[in-house]
Amino acid sequence: MNTTPASTPTSPAAKIKVNNLNFFYGSFQGLKSINLEIADRHVTAFIGPSGCGKSTLLRTFNRMYDLYPGQHATGEIVLNGKNVLDKKQDLNQLRAKVGMVFQKPTPFPMSIYDNIAFGVKLYESLSKAEMDERVEWALKKAALWDEVKDKLKQSGLSLSGGQQQRLCIARGVAVKPDVLLLDEPTSALDPISTAKVEELLHELKTDYTIAIVTHNMQQAARVSDFTAYMYLGEMIEFGVTDEIFIKPKRKETEDYITGRFG
Amino acid sequence: MSTAEQESIDAARMAKKLNRQHMADKLFRFTTLGFALLVLAMLAAIIASLIYGAFPAFREFGFGFLTSTDWNPVTNKYGALNTIFGTVVTSIIALAIAIPVSFGIAIFLTELCPVWLKRPLGTAVELLAAIPSIIYGMWGLFVFAPVFSEYIQPFLAQTLGKLPIIGALFQGPAMGIGMLAAGVILSIMVIPFIASVMRDVFEVVPGVLKESAYGLGATTWEVVRNVVLPYTKIGVVGGVMLGLGRALGETMAVTFVIGNAHKISASLFNPGNSIASTLANEFAEASKDLHIASLISLGLVLFLITFIVLAIAKLLLIRLTRNEGART
Repeated sequence: MNTTPASTPTSPAAKIKVNNLNFFYGSFQGLKSINLEIADRHVTAFIGPSGCGKSTLLRTFNRMYDLYPGQHATGEIVLNGKNVLDKKQDLNQLRAKVGMVFQKPTPFPMSIYDNIAFGVKLYESLSKAEMDERVEWALKKAALWDEVKDKLKQSGLSLSGGQQQRLCIARGVAVKPDVLLLDEPTSALDPISTAKVEELLHELKTDYTIAIVTHNMQQAARVSDFTAYMYLGEMIEFGVTDEIFIKPKRKETEDYITGRFG
Repeated sequence: MSTAEQESIDAARMAKKLNRQHMADKLFRFTTLGFALLVLAMLAAIIASLIYGAFPAFREFGFGFLTSTDWNPVTNKYGALNTIFGTVVTSIIALAIAIPVSFGIAIFLTELCPVWLKRPLGTAVELLAAIPSIIYGMWGLFVFAPVFSEYIQPFLAQTLGKLPIIGALFQGPAMGIGMLAAGVILSIMVIPFIASVMRDVFEVVPGVLKESAYGLGATTWEVVRNVVLPYTKIGVVGGVMLGLGRALGETMAVTFVIGNAHKISASLFNPGNSIASTLANEFAEASKDLHIASLISLGLVLFLITFIVLAIAKLLLIRLTRNEGART
């Protein structure tokens, strides 16, 4: 693993390797033989029209689909040298390592402090002081500390939408995962909150591997180092973001990013 | 016709139409208000008639009506404490059994149940709620009570009965019928109510909220304990209150199995009496005015108990919300 992020994302080490991944919702095939490497401590963006399988792909990384009967995946997703699709993979442990932030903010019905502490408590036993420190650290990481430091005991639901989403990011960061999955994290946010979250991603990628699904092409161009364009469950093109947006190799990709799609 | 004229005609037509809609809206509002007020009126009427009917008993016995254990139609002396005790104790037993069981049913149905089993199991729980209470009573008396006295009561007496302090609750003759049997039958009756309300509220917890908790590596129990329950607490307390309401007021099934003895005993094996079963047993035969007034007083007391329980539930919810942190 490289300890300093490469200045130009040419060939950084892969954190996640996806080999011939197929995914099925019952009999419908949602993903078709996906091959992909997600670079360590970089941001990889997934773009494509609704229903193309971006979110589905993201949800295979932490096996969130396992909650629902009838959904299954074949192939390989290698994280830290282990295939996470393996039946023997401990799901709770996997999900503690692969954090996820959703489209809509989902603060838990508890105080701001407890929202952060909840995940930490699951796997670490910290003293009160250590926990205080961790909560502050996570909230600072998510650029929310200054706004909430005087009201940590208030409900997480009392925050504005943008603050709630940053709380959810802080919650995901607090458990110190290896990978952070973001499923359209800014689609419910106003432009100012969006900018804050994007700035945040930029800082977080020095420590975390980030995969983000977005419908906003400019956002993908702004925040990501690598971009994957997906369509109807297939990976059409994957490469360095600048290349994808400036001179895509495939006609379909060009049509989509220039808005001539369909 | 000039355009100006046409416009004014259109405007007039429009105004007329708006006016009509406005009237209809008003009518609708007053109609619904009327129906809503009907509820208040009924409530007031019932309370008023209860108080009016109970007045002679309270004039005769005063506050002592609530604290006296002497209920004797022959000597024309009436005290409510026996029946209050029976009502409250059987309901507490019922809830003590029903809450954990219902919780388990609801969690299994919403979080863990395989899809093919969900529907049959859910329907079975709902059907349990549809069984008339008299059938529970008959089943309790003819089927449950013999089994209870033969196997369960001796077992309880041998185990819990040997413990200090709470042992006293599980001693005495194993007759089958009694306070404990009534509590158990009541619990079976309220389980479907509590379980189906809990299931319904657990089902409205947004999937992404649960996924976020699972996404942090939480187990099913941790998700239920820390996310599902806090999110649904109002509904859960509501379901428990619905069950408690039924347990407090249940008449027929309790009358069959409680034993109908006007006394307070330490052991739950002994027969007792509840307000509702006393009313059912004695109303038809009550000829003395004071007896009737006392029975109506019992009804008023039952009403008050339910009222107090509801108030406690509200307070509990306020406290729970405070623990979660203020919203503003």
